[in-house]
Amino acid sequence: MDATSETGLILYRRMQLIRQTELTLARAHQRGLVHGACHTYVGQEAIAAGVCHHLRREDVVFSTHRGHGHALAKGMEPGELIAELFGKETGCSGGRGGSMHLFKPEIGMMGTSGIVGPCILQACGGGYSFKLLDSANVAVAFFGDGAVNNGAFHEGLNMAAIWKLPVLFVCENNQFATEVPFDYSSGNPNVAQRAEQFGICGIEVDGNNVHEVEQAAGRALEQARQGGGPTLIECKTYRTRAHAEGMADFTYRTREAVDQWKKRCPIEQLGQALIEAGQAEPEDLNSHRG
Amino acid sequence: MPDPPEPGDRETTFVGATLEALAFEMKRNPAIFVMGEGIGQRGGNFGTTLGLYEEHGATRLCDTPICERGFVGLGCGAAMTGSRPVIDFMFIDFINDAFGEIVNQVAKMQYMSSGRLKMPILLRGCIGVGHSAATHHSGNYASIYSHIPGIRVVLPSTPYDAKGLFHHALRCDDPVLFLEHRELMATRSCVPETDYEIPFGQARVAREGTDATVVALSLMVHHTLAAAEKLAGEGQSIEVIDPRTVSPLDFDTILGSVAKTGRLLVVDEAFGPCGFASEIAARVADEGFDELDAPVRRLNGAHAPVPYSPTLEQAVVPGADTIEAAIRALLEE
Ligand SMILES: Cc1ncc(C[n+]2csc(CCOP(=O)(O)OP(=O)(O)O)c2C)c(N)n1
Repeated sequence: MDATSETGLILYRRMQLIRQTELTLARAHQRGLVHGACHTYVGQEAIAAGVCHHLRREDVVFSTHRGHGHALAKGMEPGELIAELFGKETGCSGGRGGSMHLFKPEIGMMGTSGIVGPCILQACGGGYSFKLLDSANVAVAFFGDGAVNNGAFHEGLNMAAIWKLPVLFVCENNQFATEVPFDYSSGNPNVAQRAEQFGICGIEVDGNNVHEVEQAAGRALEQARQGGGPTLIECKTYRTRAHAEGMADFTYRTREAVDQWKKRCPIEQLGQALIEAGQAEPEDLNSHRG
Repeated sequence: MPDPPEPGDRETTFVGATLEALAFEMKRNPAIFVMGEGIGQRGGNFGTTLGLYEEHGATRLCDTPICERGFVGLGCGAAMTGSRPVIDFMFIDFINDAFGEIVNQVAKMQYMSSGRLKMPILLRGCIGVGHSAATHHSGNYASIYSHIPGIRVVLPSTPYDAKGLFHHALRCDDPVLFLEHRELMATRSCVPETDYEIPFGQARVAREGTDATVVALSLMVHHTLAAAEKLAGEGQSIEVIDPRTVSPLDFDTILGSVAKTGRLLVVDEAFGPCGFASEIAARVADEGFDELDAPVRRLNGAHAPVPYSPTLEQAVVPGADTIEAAIRALLEE
């Protein structure tokens, strides 16, 4: 097996792990086993998988309310995640936190969060530590489109720019903040372009194409490790489940639009590409479904 | 932790004492860095970092843009990843732009991470009425932040205490809010040149007495001591307690004193409602009711924005004369 197909399979497996864990949690939520809010990552798996592919254990990730995928991609065991949402002592936060407080600093998982915005600033802090302590580690902030109109985005990107911090800002633009369309809440609905205002590099990628994400992230992380400063990557994507489990959908968006995006499933797309390129057989992929 | 040394006979100012502690700790611990506006080459609006930039450079003495929320949030992330930020707000009023970061992130991080992350961040700034600084530069938010679990709140009243408490803050793994009264910054007292720690949650008995107990904070300790001195001339013996830290609070020392005197007045320059004095009054009522010979009295700053004119300023905060009157009233109860 050559390097490209190996990468493809690793990414495929990572995305399936996230998808299957999320579907398990969604079913558990319906059965009343998940006690609090549960925002799934279904449809966005390519982003966490693509970015975290280039992270080392010592690199740190600061995440959001929709963070199961980030935790799994950074190396958290699904069992620890599920146990946490079940409120068990064996969960990654001992049952103290639930879905929005997933912590495992030993592997650089510095928390999902119930507050939109602070992860951006905390990632800058991670970057500041690495600069101060002269380490080659990087910090990554994942955040939704809802965060980019928050002051944390503006203050954080500006600080990262002026001090050239080793930080990667990953905006997962799934086009809605709960039910509010991004083009309603933004004077400038182009996120990547905003990087320019801070004097840093901004890149827009197809967030449902894991190779695009992985390659852009790889370059940006390398630049950060070399002291070249931060990058903002806007990943255009869509969440194909409701904002949170049990919430109504299809009032603010149509069933057709969701179905359209389901056809662009990042996992199916990669699977198809791997088969077409002769890099995987359908049965290889099935065995990765977990 | 060894007992703190005798003060000796070398005098320095309040700001000089904390600067000495900061300089010492920065030499010894490369993970410490300071952030704030004008704390680099300029040495801080109040001289809190004077001379450190020349020694440690721009990464450890980091001048910031005017984005308090941003650099507190950054400080939080830095503390989570192995460094020890000192955030210098200049005037503490500016901290309120970062309230959410402090309450939801800094204060909760150790809990959220099940103790696997530490939060060694020191937040410091100038508090208090005086100097006609007016209402955006005269705040004192000790009670608000003491309400929050997970933050230590420190209000030294002397250079000696300031130095020992500052050393302790830079060696402890919790977030610390260090509040320095504007009217105390240039005051002088004897301070040892060596490093030493004063632990949190240990009150200082600033004056011993038997007829009434007065608990006071920061600048109010000095006004209370002046009032007590005057009353001593009339044969009244007043005990003055300086808690030094509001969170944690050394309640045992307060209760022990009340057991001796039977009377308690709490003096705090900050607003009364839901405040430090109310908390002590409630706890003494709960745990020391039988020791009381009179109702617990509170003397606070007016529950109003702080005015500008010196005469108006004096009218809204306790001074030695109003404290003296309050003690007299308490003794007559
Ligand atoms: C500061 C703050 N305000 C409001 C909320 C409530 N809230 C939770 S998720 C959400 C929408 C977030 O949208 P976005 O950042 O785009 O992420 P997405 O849910 O689309 O992944 C809101 C408003 C919050 N958690 N934090």
